[in-house]
Amino acid sequence: MDLTPVLDGFGVVFQPTNLLYCLIGVVVGMLVGVLPGLGPAATIAILLPVTFGIEPVTAIIMLAGIFYGAQYGGTITSVLLRLPGEASSVVTVFDGHAMARQGKAGTALGIAAIGSFIGGTVSIIAMSLLAPLVASFALDFGPPEYTALALLGILLVSTVSSGHRLKAIIAACVGLLLATVGRDGFTSVERFTLDNLSLADGLDFVPIAMGLFGLGEILYNLEERHRAAQAPATVANVWPSRKDLRQSSGAIGRGSVIGFVLGILPGGGAVLSSLAAYAVEKRRAKDPSRFGKGAVEGVAAPETANNAAATSSFIPLLTLGIPANATMAVIFGALLIQGVSPGPQLVSEEPELFWGVVNSMYLGNILLLIMSIPLVGLFVKILRVRPTILAPITVLITLIGVYTVNNDVFDIVLVIVFGALGYLMKKLGFDPGPLVLAFVLGSLLEDSLRRSLLIFDGDATGFFARPISGTLLAAFVIVAILPGVRALLRRRARSRNEELV
Amino acid sequence: MTVPNGTARGNGADDDDPDEDRATEPAPDQDGRGTHSHQELDLDEAVRELAAVEHEYRPPAAGALSNVLTAASVVVLGVAALVASAALGTGTAAEPGPGTWPLLVSILLVVLGGALLLTARRTSDAEKFSRGSLLVLAGLATMVVFVAVIEVVGFEIPAALLCFVWLRFLGREGWRMSVVTSLGVVVGFYLVFVAALAVPIPHLF
Repeated sequence: MDLTPVLDGFGVVFQPTNLLYCLIGVVVGMLVGVLPGLGPAATIAILLPVTFGIEPVTAIIMLAGIFYGAQYGGTITSVLLRLPGEASSVVTVFDGHAMARQGKAGTALGIAAIGSFIGGTVSIIAMSLLAPLVASFALDFGPPEYTALALLGILLVSTVSSGHRLKAIIAACVGLLLATVGRDGFTSVERFTLDNLSLADGLDFVPIAMGLFGLGEILYNLEERHRAAQAPATVANVWPSRKDLRQSSGAIGRGSVIGFVLGILPGGGAVLSSLAAYAVEKRRAKDPSRFGKGAVEGVAAPETANNAAATSSFIPLLTLGIPANATMAVIFGALLIQGVSPGPQLVSEEPELFWGVVNSMYLGNILLLIMSIPLVGLFVKILRVRPTILAPITVLITLIGVYTVNNDVFDIVLVIVFGALGYLMKKLGFDPGPLVLAFVLGSLLEDSLRRSLLIFDGDATGFFARPISGTLLAAFVIVAILPGVRALLRRRARSRNEELV
Repeated sequence: MTVPNGTARGNGADDDDPDEDRATEPAPDQDGRGTHSHQELDLDEAVRELAAVEHEYRPPAAGALSNVLTAASVVVLGVAALVASAALGTGTAAEPGPGTWPLLVSILLVVLGGALLLTARRTSDAEKFSRGSLLVLAGLATMVVFVAVIEVVGFEIPAALLCFVWLRFLGREGWRMSVVTSLGVVVGFYLVFVAALAVPIPHLF
């Protein structure tokens, strides 16, 4: 392996601007994680306009920092308030909050921070080794492979992640339709523009992401009745004892591996891997009954895994151009806006960008470790900021921010429309994530499908004649019919149980 | 708050009624599943319990009617897209036209909407529109006012108004707090966007 680009990447990271934006990113990420309400996808969407004036590598370093920084911050509310700041910290609540009630909140936070740091670092190293291999393998992918890959990616994100499966796929279909608005790239025919000049060039990604994730989430939270959660004023003794460290070392090791592997899979990501890591630790434990009552491994494993997964979920984005989750879809959009199209050529053609972003994560994780252990008290204080004050400020940042992109009032209208849609979707049980992901991949998918059909001369069986697209499509079919088969089996098992009774 | 697949809605039992409180209650068939691996169930249950706690802060699940309406509007959207794509010209498989791809997607949308319609009585993941939803409507109204007048009077007044309404009426902050914060926020935005970044946003001063 040629190490020059990797080392050059460190040169990129240590440019003062990049250092500064890395710091901004992880601080914002940490704050977002601590404050319940906005998730990382929403925050990154709202900050998209900020990235316009800066270099691509700097922008992505900052946005990535927000994403993995939020994994650190989410722990704090889980442990102290029994209120997960992020979905990926849900399982941490069980043992983390139990430890806090026993007066060991500091230990829980310390172990979580150390686990997150190790998980993140292991994941970056593994990514540095694996990503160039995946990219070189994918370099000769043609339109049929991309069609299959995009289809599988969208399906996996819709089915594996969370919520109602059918509704998620419906949301994805709506995203695909929205992507077709505007002039058709092949025939220059205007589609679904309703004769509106502003729509002729298609819908912009920024107002859609800002509306669905940002405004949608703020509006949805308006209906929440306020919780009387009181954070303790101080957290003492954050340094875990040697015994705690020894006890959780296995959990941290296994959590790193589980997180890295599940993070690569589309739809897997931080949430699933934290659950899986927790389940593995519980199954391995000599005395599983300790779990839920303040077992240190029950904090270490999921927190390590969610951070490892957050890092490794960059692999499909940076090497294949397929985002693995909603947040990656927003970062994909940010790259496109910067004129960078993520894909296998990124590693070889834009090595400064690729290695700059990857290597910045080492630095970001060190900064986060510092913020989570010596400075944790500062972030605990932030818990006292009331969400009612933050909400209108966020709304104004969104409305004015989206205007600055094109200096066009129509974009403000769009962001409000998609904000209302985002609220309705969340209210009615549709996850907006698949919609945004499908929207981002929509034109790639349509382009490669049409190119493939031209190559195959209209014969769709051609997809199965090529080994890679055939395999991917076979996987697509399996994922699509699996839930039906499983439901059938479950029904059978139940009727058999009833017979026995 | 999202909950991983198969935990919050793992019970597709066909024989029980679609009660409204399903979302906040643990699955009714708990004891019947004692034969399964115990540990997996514990995690499932714990996550479900946590989701129930989260749910206490949210309005109750929506009734069958709104589920049916939701599914129906998906079908309507699909049909509308289908008609519009067909009008664009569908081409052939060898030479796809501008309408081919949207047509395929809208057919899928109609089919999925139909499936949702069939299962509408059994879904419980939609929320009821409550009195709290009026707050959302009010919040949206402030934004609509903002975008409607920004080109006429600049961003300062509508921004201050939006901020004030959100703080005082949607957030139930005190009068003084709301007024002071709104003015402070607008001054801050003016300094950042107009004075420092020179963004050409319509402004009064």
